[in-house]
Amino acid sequence: MMETLWFMLVAVMLAVYVVLDGFDLGAGIVQLLVARTDSEKRQVLRSIGPVWDGNEVWLLAAGGTLYFAFPALYASSFSGFYLPLMMVLWLLILRGISIEFRNHIDSLVWKLFWDAVFGGASALLAIFFGAALGNVVRGVPLDGSSEFFLPMWTNFGIGREVGILDWYTVLVGVAAFATLTAHGALWVALKTEGELERSARQVALAGWWSLLPLTVALTWCSFSIQPRLSQSFAARPWGYVFPLLAVAGLIGMRVTSRRDTAPFLCSSLYIVGMLTSAAFGLFPFVLPSSTDPNLGLTVYNAAAAPYGLKVGLVWFIPGMLLATGYFVYTYRSFAGKVSLEEEGH
Amino acid sequence: MDALTVHRLHFAFTVTFHYIFPQLTMGLALLLVVLKTMALRTGDEHYNRAARFWARIFAINFAMGVVTGIPMEFQFGTNWARFSKSAGGVIGQTLAMEGVFSFFLESSFLGLFLFGEKKLGPKGHWLAGFLVFLGSWLSGFFIVATDAWMQHPVGYTLGPHGEILLSSFWALMLNPWLLWQYLHNMIGAVVTGAFAMAAVGAFYLLVKRAEPYGRTFVRVGVIAGVAASVLMLFPTGDAQGKNIALHQPPTLSAMEGLFESEEGAPLALIGQPDVEKRRLDNPLVVPRALSFLTYQRWHAQVKGLNAFPADRLPDNIPLLYFSYHIMVGLGTIFIAVMALAAVELWRGRLFAERKLLWLLMLSAPFPYIANTAGWITAETGRQPWLIYGLMRTPAGVSPQVSAGNALFTLIGFMGMYVVLAILFLLLVYRQIDRGPEAA
Repeated sequence: MMETLWFMLVAVMLAVYVVLDGFDLGAGIVQLLVARTDSEKRQVLRSIGPVWDGNEVWLLAAGGTLYFAFPALYASSFSGFYLPLMMVLWLLILRGISIEFRNHIDSLVWKLFWDAVFGGASALLAIFFGAALGNVVRGVPLDGSSEFFLPMWTNFGIGREVGILDWYTVLVGVAAFATLTAHGALWVALKTEGELERSARQVALAGWWSLLPLTVALTWCSFSIQPRLSQSFAARPWGYVFPLLAVAGLIGMRVTSRRDTAPFLCSSLYIVGMLTSAAFGLFPFVLPSSTDPNLGLTVYNAAAAPYGLKVGLVWFIPGMLLATGYFVYTYRSFAGKVSLEEEGH
Repeated sequence: MDALTVHRLHFAFTVTFHYIFPQLTMGLALLLVVLKTMALRTGDEHYNRAARFWARIFAINFAMGVVTGIPMEFQFGTNWARFSKSAGGVIGQTLAMEGVFSFFLESSFLGLFLFGEKKLGPKGHWLAGFLVFLGSWLSGFFIVATDAWMQHPVGYTLGPHGEILLSSFWALMLNPWLLWQYLHNMIGAVVTGAFAMAAVGAFYLLVKRAEPYGRTFVRVGVIAGVAASVLMLFPTGDAQGKNIALHQPPTLSAMEGLFESEEGAPLALIGQPDVEKRRLDNPLVVPRALSFLTYQRWHAQVKGLNAFPADRLPDNIPLLYFSYHIMVGLGTIFIAVMALAAVELWRGRLFAERKLLWLLMLSAPFPYIANTAGWITAETGRQPWLIYGLMRTPAGVSPQVSAGNALFTLIGFMGMYVVLAILFLLLVYRQIDRGPEAA
């Protein structure tokens, strides 16, 4: 019971992370694709400036929560995905400093360099996060000892000797890229005006059209390589509510595309729907085995002791209520279109 | 190099580089609250400009702390998987609490502090600054709580397969090791912040630029600096030493370079431990002082390294000895420099004493060295244990991550951090050059 509750809490935190940091990663991709002038690039940065760091905290907080609630999962997956995780860290470092340092020196070379780093790191992070999710859905070669180590790639096939990157995880990475591009474009459209807003809406539209076939392909491939997904939905049909959320979000993005906030909320719904579908489909597994469907880490064999999980709730609930309060306050303080007149110091 | 060595270097390198930034963040956050309070009480825009100048440096420093901090949490899982699997149920609590209680607070209100001064008004802006300070000091608390548990594990039971289970949350939070280590660490951060502020102020006075600001910075820096430097020695440093004597006796002997047990043991000021010949070379000692400082009795017995089994001794005695002596030596010099400056400030002569201003300016790097040496003392002093008395360091490493893979990422971090260090120095220098009068 306690394990399931913490599974849901971690899943929600990760979903919130993807929705929030997802739009600023997407803004980085949008900046790379459509922001032409210095003023447009600064508008993109300004739209995420006060919030991107707080968004990234959701990754740290979700990581910390995962660590204490499911220490065996944290240990196994982080050491097993060693190389790609380290690359994610380098990309997060590069991206963070490119946002913070870009406006410090007023030189074309300096700015162009950091803009490229910001866009490139954002795009790669979107793909890496997608591939990570793909690895969790596909499973890793766990042989009962809960320890594994995956090379970056083998032959890009899904056989006995899998790598981090195979055709399936690359597909999830591409889908994540399209999702976050559309999501970020809708954020930029929501926060800016004029030419930049128009081009961002075009990016969102292109992203939406590529999401249609990708969503279908992703669903079909996931169900065929991970049999547990169809078992879960067959055993508990109420779980279809999660994929329905995703479908509703996808349709909503198109239907409301002329408005400001609504399409962004719809793409958030799409992301939450997709992620919760995956979480629901895998449960109670948190890291399935690709070699033996009966092995793998579950919420039960990866969880911390019951006392720790119980005492954790006591501080976690008020703590997260407080954090939500800060977020609501911050986002309200910076609501509305960005203006370049009142820059921070 | 074997995998264990690479994994240890990996963590040591990344955490040492990381801690350059949070110590200034935590120290400066307090001093920013001081400046904002002075602005609020006097209504003088001078203090707001001063705060804005330091907020610009704070923001650069904070960003560096954030980007180099994320790898720290990850590395528990990537490089120390066996440790994480056994102890994650305990230290995961404090690490998760850091995310939930301090990072959200810090990041939300730093955004408001940097971007929202007009919207928030003077009191709201003061509050935003105060909450950034609170968040950064809470973050320090949870990290030191994590380390304190590794130094002195409490509130746990062992499960059937040797896994470490949390049995008392309050024991974890009220760990007797935690209070003094936390205060010692945070005041160390104030020393770094105070010396940095005084040094920048001294620089402006020496080049005769922005002198009203230079005087404010020197005044705030010296007053905070003298208080913090004294508190480092007593009571926090003294209490921390007594905790080590009580709970990690071999560590104390190694820090002091004491090989033979002695009644009325001397305090070594200088000397080089020769572990092969089991003696301290070229020693300069204060007779009986170690016995007195540790037990308040001139003739108390202090155990030497030879009194402990070899497999319980720290594995790098010279590094532990030197880092401890560097920390204490520098700490003593800080008290002297700041006390001298404070006396001259009180007499109203400091701003004209160019030699003393030079000394203040050139002192700025040394608190970083002292804080780093302090942490090296704590962490090499914990060896050969990862969790003192409970888990040896080799038992905690990720068995699947080979030396080659770990070396690849260590080299990657080294390259990246060289670039970060250059950028940091460049951008902070530009802010100092731009000066407090701009904006």
